[in-house]
Amino acid sequence: MKIRDINKLEQKAKAIRINILESIGINKKGHLGGSMSSADLVTALYFYKMQHSPAHPHHPDRDRFIFSKGHSVLAQYAALAEAGYFPKTELKQTKTLGSILQGHPERDTPGIEANTGSLGQGLSIGLGMALGGKLDQRNYQVYVILGDGELAEGQIWEAVLAARSYQLDNLVAIVDHNKLQASGPLKEGLKFGGLNSKFTAFGWHTMEIDGHNMEEIIGALDLVGQVKGTPAVIIANTVKGKGVLFAENKAEYHNVSLNQQQFEQAKSDIANL
Amino acid sequence: MANKASLREAYGQELLELARKDQQIVALDADLSKSTMSCYLAEEFPDRFFEMGIAEQNMVSVAAGLALVGKIPFVNSFAVFAAGRPYDQIRQGIALPNLNVKIIGSSCGLSDYGDGATHQAVEDIAIMRSIPNMTVISPVDANETKKVIRAVLTYQGPVYIRLHRDELPVITDEAGEFTIGKIERLRTGKDIAIFANGIMVSMALAAAEKLAELGITVKVLNVPTIKPLDAEGVIKEVRDCRGVVTAEEHSIIGGLGSAISVALNKTPVPLERVGVNDSFGQSSESYQKLLAAYGLTIEAIVKASKGLLS
Repeated sequence: MKIRDINKLEQKAKAIRINILESIGINKKGHLGGSMSSADLVTALYFYKMQHSPAHPHHPDRDRFIFSKGHSVLAQYAALAEAGYFPKTELKQTKTLGSILQGHPERDTPGIEANTGSLGQGLSIGLGMALGGKLDQRNYQVYVILGDGELAEGQIWEAVLAARSYQLDNLVAIVDHNKLQASGPLKEGLKFGGLNSKFTAFGWHTMEIDGHNMEEIIGALDLVGQVKGTPAVIIANTVKGKGVLFAENKAEYHNVSLNQQQFEQAKSDIANL
Repeated sequence: MANKASLREAYGQELLELARKDQQIVALDADLSKSTMSCYLAEEFPDRFFEMGIAEQNMVSVAAGLALVGKIPFVNSFAVFAAGRPYDQIRQGIALPNLNVKIIGSSCGLSDYGDGATHQAVEDIAIMRSIPNMTVISPVDANETKKVIRAVLTYQGPVYIRLHRDELPVITDEAGEFTIGKIERLRTGKDIAIFANGIMVSMALAAAEKLAELGITVKVLNVPTIKPLDAEGVIKEVRDCRGVVTAEEHSIIGGLGSAISVALNKTPVPLERVGVNDSFGQSSESYQKLLAAYGLTIEAIVKASKGLLS
């Protein structure tokens, strides 16, 4: 399942973005902005970096991925469907009554590792998995994608402190740094001095990349895997709504309904990426 | 008066005992391990004990992560912090996916008498009871505490257990097994049925003695499992009674009294609730004095019982 070729990974990311659109549908509603901004990161995790298999979704040595910014789960559903955890036809059922694809991640969905969506909790859950991995001397990695707006949750920094205390080098946080939250621009307090310096001050190994440049993403994922003795964070600079031109960098496309014309336009934008 | 023994001491020792046999048991604490008694496990198995610092929300979500990789985490703090501070983390991360995490609410009720309202949990059961998938247990004594810990280990799913800070009278036997979701009749009688848990059980037994002197016969039922409540058992026990009294070291809103009331909503029998009457606690120089100030006394149970028969 692993893809080594950059061009092929970029094509896969396009497929993921189309899948996100399928989940959002026409005249329904879905979290477009954050799902699109994380799409390349999620693609690289599932199709380049992580040890995982839809045939063995509970394998004890699998790498774990937790989408702490759970509202962007459409990107994860897109990747899981693409990887074969469930049929792609399920995507159109997203958020309908009785669907296996709920509005936020739930463990009943094949491939989903934890329930998240109440923001600020995913890094701590990942930390618990990383502690368990150390205790059992297993070699799996735990990846957690955080939203930049989510970093306002105090629990994130409780987890950042604890992960350093326990020297969890099997824990990798990735910040989808799109600089927009639901209501508008990211708050000044979060931006001030840069996110890098905040994590550095807490003793984390930090990297900063372009979160839409596949070469940089996979390079960073390979590098953080070599860090020893400290947890690592990748600050991925991204564009909210990336790939759907009319939605790029616009907070109002955080959670949105697309009409037929917008839906077709979005598909065509992604095809031309 | 019966012998007294510490519930938290019994918990700490039993947890260590079980941890010796079951490698999957881990414990987490938020800087209170010498009070919650998770320290016993910590001393013998330092690699399986996680001191998370004073950060209860992180602690609870970390426990969720540990459960997701097959561990059986026991999360420890004072009841007021264990149930209140990380409510959302318990709801979203543990109860919703039905994870096998055991939450220990230590120093429950008014038992941390000196520290005042901030450290006294009189609404923890109400909070935990309202969460789907959650089991809620309040052991009556040290023996039952040990049995409860053994029982919840064989049960898959989230459990909240509240434990008193003080030593409490030993009422139950050391032998036997605890069954989650069952009430236990400690005394038989026909006029009044008193449903109680925790420290209020010994008071209910004392009240029954006093009432017997007045010619009123009272049955006393220990209700350690508030959720799932043994509703069938409750209805059966009150069938021939003329009145029902509930007694709890908790708010009368949302706790044992509420649960019993709902269970009996189709049973035509009058009911009185003895408990904390919708107020916060406060500091006191003694536990007994504080309990009395909030109407948690043998006399209050006697009065409520007599009132139902007049």
